[in-house]
Amino acid sequence: MRRAAVVGLALAVLAGCGGDDETPQLTVSAAASLKQAFTQYGRDLPEARARFSFAGSEELAAQIEQGVKPDVYAAANTKLPQQLYEKGLVERPTVFAGNRLVLAVPAGSGIGALEDLAANGVALAVGAEDVPVGAYTRTVLDKLPAAQRGAILANVRTEEPDVAGITGKLTQGAVDAGFLYVSDVRATDGALEAIELPDALQPDVAYGVVVVKGARHPREARAFIAGLLDGEGARALERAGFEPPPAQ
Amino acid sequence: MKGWFGALLVAALAVALLFLILPIVAIFVDTQPQDLVASLGEEGALEALRLSLVCSAVALGIIVLVGTPAAYLLATRRFRGRAAVVTLIELPLVLPPAVAGIGLLAALGPNGVLGGLIEDAGVQIVLTTAGVILALTFVAAPFYVRQAQAGFEAVDRTWLDASRTLGAGEARTFLRVAIPAAGPGLVSGLALAWGRALGEFGATLMFAGSFRGITQTVPLAIYERFSTDFTGALALSAVLVALSAALLLSVKLLSGSAWLGGAAR
Repeated sequence: MRRAAVVGLALAVLAGCGGDDETPQLTVSAAASLKQAFTQYGRDLPEARARFSFAGSEELAAQIEQGVKPDVYAAANTKLPQQLYEKGLVERPTVFAGNRLVLAVPAGSGIGALEDLAANGVALAVGAEDVPVGAYTRTVLDKLPAAQRGAILANVRTEEPDVAGITGKLTQGAVDAGFLYVSDVRATDGALEAIELPDALQPDVAYGVVVVKGARHPREARAFIAGLLDGEGARALERAGFEPPPAQ
Repeated sequence: MKGWFGALLVAALAVALLFLILPIVAIFVDTQPQDLVASLGEEGALEALRLSLVCSAVALGIIVLVGTPAAYLLATRRFRGRAAVVTLIELPLVLPPAVAGIGLLAALGPNGVLGGLIEDAGVQIVLTTAGVILALTFVAAPFYVRQAQAGFEAVDRTWLDASRTLGAGEARTFLRVAIPAAGPGLVSGLALAWGRALGEFGATLMFAGSFRGITQTVPLAIYERFSTDFTGALALSAVLVALSAALLLSVKLLSGSAWLGGAAR
């Protein structure tokens, strides 16, 4: 009798763990660069409580391909959401924000321009080739003369799996410069400074977002995305230094 | 093993075994032999493997060289604060790798406590192969020291005393009597530490970064592949499992201890 009661209680507790209380729990997988804006936006969503998983866009996409089902997936490019869409794993992608790639240096650094990166002994952090920030960085470097590109690449000391890794290596002084989004630099509250890239080199950085097929809360997921385009989410993105989505 | 309690024990062991080996079995089930070979041919894979082996071997060398006498001291002497020292040495065992990485940065990074000294000495640690070795040493050392200490503690004190009575000095007794007698304990500590070092990921990524041929060990290479090349990541994982298992087994066999059959004494 007592044993039955214990088992019953355990089951009730277990059921409670996964249970739906009144406010639905919206799971959002988002690019690491969206962390500040999304955390702020998620704080007072009208219809749901948001739970975020921030990591490299590529890694999160790989998780979805392996069967992980967040409600929303937001990437630092449009390629990854589009690929998932073509595989039938997510709904049609929406472009919701833009960003600018910049050269990030610790405050007070002697580095002032892209040219300085080619100097001997400068240590650089870049994103790994497969993460959006790393791909954008290579797009920029590819537009440089071969000799300069070679010299800069020779100074790369680490290829990080997401922007958080690059920011960390910079703020800890492990490297002298890195390529980040302007919003990442702003999120460091002055620890890092952004050096703008020449317009001719600036890649089109566009963020895509999708509702994942099989999401537990598709209605709230769509509301979340609508708020990113026009509402609290858009305002949080703007405050964090993001730009409106580039014209398609 | 009669009655319901015996059945319960067997069931518990079966569940534990199944749970612990299922992911490992899955790695091999999903990996075709040709993928395994192909993954090794991929750019960066062999470099990562070489780097993992070299770095873990160097780290183990440092650990054995410093850890063995340290463990001997802890096992054979009683002094004030000994318990605290033992606890501090074991602390990294329970630290998450990310904490280890942050701690190493805070201590030895350019902005760290000793960062200025290190820079003045003209030494580069962060984002270098030396950084990888340091990270591996930090996370793996406690595994060895702990086992080694237990190994030395299990040595019959009368042997050590007899050795000294017969005229062998402290150092000779340590080298000729204590180490051989504690052999199985030392070797099993070595195997555990080596396995931990081979698998190190978080502290390496945070402290040493990820760069092919310089700091990208096998776990980092697996992580890099995970996003774009799941098959490649699986295959490389299979290689790492095989390597770790082979290391464990050969070390155990070499030591002649009955690790698979009984506890390390």
